[in-house]
Amino acid sequence: MTAPSLWVSCGSCRLLTAIGPETPGGRAYCPRCGEALSQRKPNSLSRTWALLIAAAVLYVPANLFPVMTIISFGASQPATILTGVKELAAAGMWPIAVLVFVASITIPMLKLVSLSFLLISVQLRSQWRPRDRTRLYHMIEGIGRWSMIDVFMISILVALIQLAQIATVEPGVGAVCFATVVILTMLATSAFDPRLIWDCLESDDD
Amino acid sequence: MSEPLDDALVACHGCGRLHRLEALTRGQAARCGRCGTVLERAKIGGLDRTLAFTLTGLVLFVLANTYPLLTFELEGRSQQAHLITGVIGLYDQGMWELAALVFVASILAPFLQLMGLLYLLVPLKFGRRPWKLGPTYRLVGKIGFWAMLEVYLLGIIVALVKLADFGTVVPDVALYAFFGLILVIAAASFSLDPRAIWQRVELES
Repeated sequence: MTAPSLWVSCGSCRLLTAIGPETPGGRAYCPRCGEALSQRKPNSLSRTWALLIAAAVLYVPANLFPVMTIISFGASQPATILTGVKELAAAGMWPIAVLVFVASITIPMLKLVSLSFLLISVQLRSQWRPRDRTRLYHMIEGIGRWSMIDVFMISILVALIQLAQIATVEPGVGAVCFATVVILTMLATSAFDPRLIWDCLESDDD
Repeated sequence: MSEPLDDALVACHGCGRLHRLEALTRGQAARCGRCGTVLERAKIGGLDRTLAFTLTGLVLFVLANTYPLLTFELEGRSQQAHLITGVIGLYDQGMWELAALVFVASILAPFLQLMGLLYLLVPLKFGRRPWKLGPTYRLVGKIGFWAMLEVYLLGIIVALVKLADFGTVVPDVALYAFFGLILVIAAASFSLDPRAIWQRVELES
């Protein structure tokens, strides 16, 4: 094909428009709602990698530093994400412990690993199970936000314990790192373009 | 007049393949035959129903933000926490970044979502095209990324479990309103039919 225009549905209002390949400095906009359009999300791979690497780096302090410190009667007791889960398990709160473990530890890890896998598979032009890879993408897109449970839990704890004046809960650096990890992985997920998975198969499938 | 737009044609966001959508019946979803991405879900009701959900949502939003969320009882004293108390607590501790995040996720983003829908749907109901329809429509779609009410509710539940040792925590009016708000906002976005909005606008012009 000499004029590789592609049909693209607007991400906002779903109007189908034919657009040409990206020209530097020039962008296409949806004629109906004005949304910026592109054949593929711009610089998808490098942007996703950048956000993902930033998230992976912050993942270390997010798990090492305390997310909060409970200070009661002069004794301070720091808690990291993992000790928070352990405490719940030790108190016999199994369903909640499992919930927090999945949301705060499994999901961020799963997102880091899965997105790296998707990026590498696209860069290697892999033909391996594109349908399942697309499904994996939609899965991490949907579950990412649930990791915020711990951050919101801390905000409620801080407020209630402060009001009751029984102790003080100080949110820690770990909480800021953790919240940033979650936001960065959410942004990385939305920067990735699942259509790239299909681009190298186009010829033999369509 | 320009060439009529065929709104039944859609390019899959998962893999780029073109599809012609058939009319869906209640509860159905159209999926891409190649990659399995959901192309469209059947919409219940019309713009009127979305407007009803939006108005209900605004009432619940006011309740959730004015009434106390939880009452904390300890040694005969009782303290009430509001939805905003968590944000203020974090801010007081010098964690303004977290305070901002919690504020956006639990209060600002849902509020903007509801106000945006109201702004779009009321004029459309009376046959007028809202000013800046395109940008507002895009904003309503994108703000959902930051609204995390359902996650916040689970955060509250985990906090309650952790506090069970310290004293008695009793759910108050705002917590129930908050729960209702989650359901109503979900219903509003599930019932919002983009085609109905754009068809109505195109009929006029």
